[in-house]
Amino acid sequence: MNLSWMAWTMPTAVFFLTIAGLLVVMTILAIRFPESPRRGVLRIETTRGDRLFISLLGSAFISLAWLAAFGAPLWGALILCLVYAAAVFRWV
Amino acid sequence: MEKTVNHKAWFLVLPVLVLVAFSAVIPLMTVVNYSVQDTFGNNVFFWAGLEWFQQVLASPRIHDALMRQILFSAIILAIEVPLGIFVALNMPKRGFWASLCLVLMALPLLIPWNVVGTIWQIFGRVDIGLLGHTLAKLGISYNYTANAFDAWVTVIVMDVWHWTSLVALLAYAGLQSIPDAYYQAAKIDQASRWKVFRYIELPKMQGVLLIAILLRFMDSFMIYTEPFVVTGGGPGNATTFLSIDLVKMAIGQFDLGPAAAFSIMYFLVILLISWVFYTVMTNLDKREGI
Repeated sequence: MNLSWMAWTMPTAVFFLTIAGLLVVMTILAIRFPESPRRGVLRIETTRGDRLFISLLGSAFISLAWLAAFGAPLWGALILCLVYAAAVFRWV
Repeated sequence: MEKTVNHKAWFLVLPVLVLVAFSAVIPLMTVVNYSVQDTFGNNVFFWAGLEWFQQVLASPRIHDALMRQILFSAIILAIEVPLGIFVALNMPKRGFWASLCLVLMALPLLIPWNVVGTIWQIFGRVDIGLLGHTLAKLGISYNYTANAFDAWVTVIVMDVWHWTSLVALLAYAGLQSIPDAYYQAAKIDQASRWKVFRYIELPKMQGVLLIAILLRFMDSFMIYTEPFVVTGGGPGNATTFLSIDLVKMAIGQFDLGPAAAFSIMYFLVILLISWVFYTVMTNLDKREGI
């Protein structure tokens, strides 16, 4: 199958593979360790999947804000995103 | 008794997954790939990194379009939601007139966007349009092709004409679901009309109104066809909303990289707002369910 029309690059491939990998891990976790929703600081019921979604969406905005404020590279933003994701999984 | 858990049922959603991947996920991935590269055609790409994102984030043109977009969405929500509720409150509750009202209200919703645009484009013209001609005869200077304010008024009135009935129909459905007992209780307590509205009708309409606001917000935030047909984004850039600007950038100038970066940010904003609305709605349902 020729995928050159999709104009793949290494960084975007790594990006999507990471997200796909996260989804696979979440699926395995959901089968091995079933969970029930919980209520966190946002006062809404969230499951692990919800928390992953909040982490990813929030990370996108953190990266954009970093890019607007400090410009490239985004290593600082990546660290900030990981801290944010950890906080989301711990407290939301 | 413990519930049996059978995850095999998930295979039943596989066809949907394939369809969504084909029609949404893979095209979106391609957009992400475009956003970090530059092209001069012929499907040859050059690595550009985060340059387009920086350019779009700092672009005054896009800031202006975003401001216009937010202003437009805010104005049409501020008009359509109260007006829709007002119309719903005054519609007959049952009988022949109720059916007639419902059909009449549904009519504008059935007209395709480009036709609505064309109707208003001609309706507002000073030389042959009824509205434009009448206003000119009354001595009111009105020209939506030359005056930015007139163009805005035309686009907003057109949207109100097209979509207020959606809010009205949803609010009407919410009102119809209120049992008579509530009104009888209010009558016994001699509640005023305002109090009936504030403490019975409004809380009961909350769910459908949230859906109405979500639908109207999303639709107005992505509006393209109607203003494009009426004003083409003009005069100047006065009614160039986000999606009109995006299409200009992607297809008009063939700047695929910046347009891709722009559409990803646009998508993220819409995703965030949809998620907030969805979460609020599902949590409201849960609270009501208790």
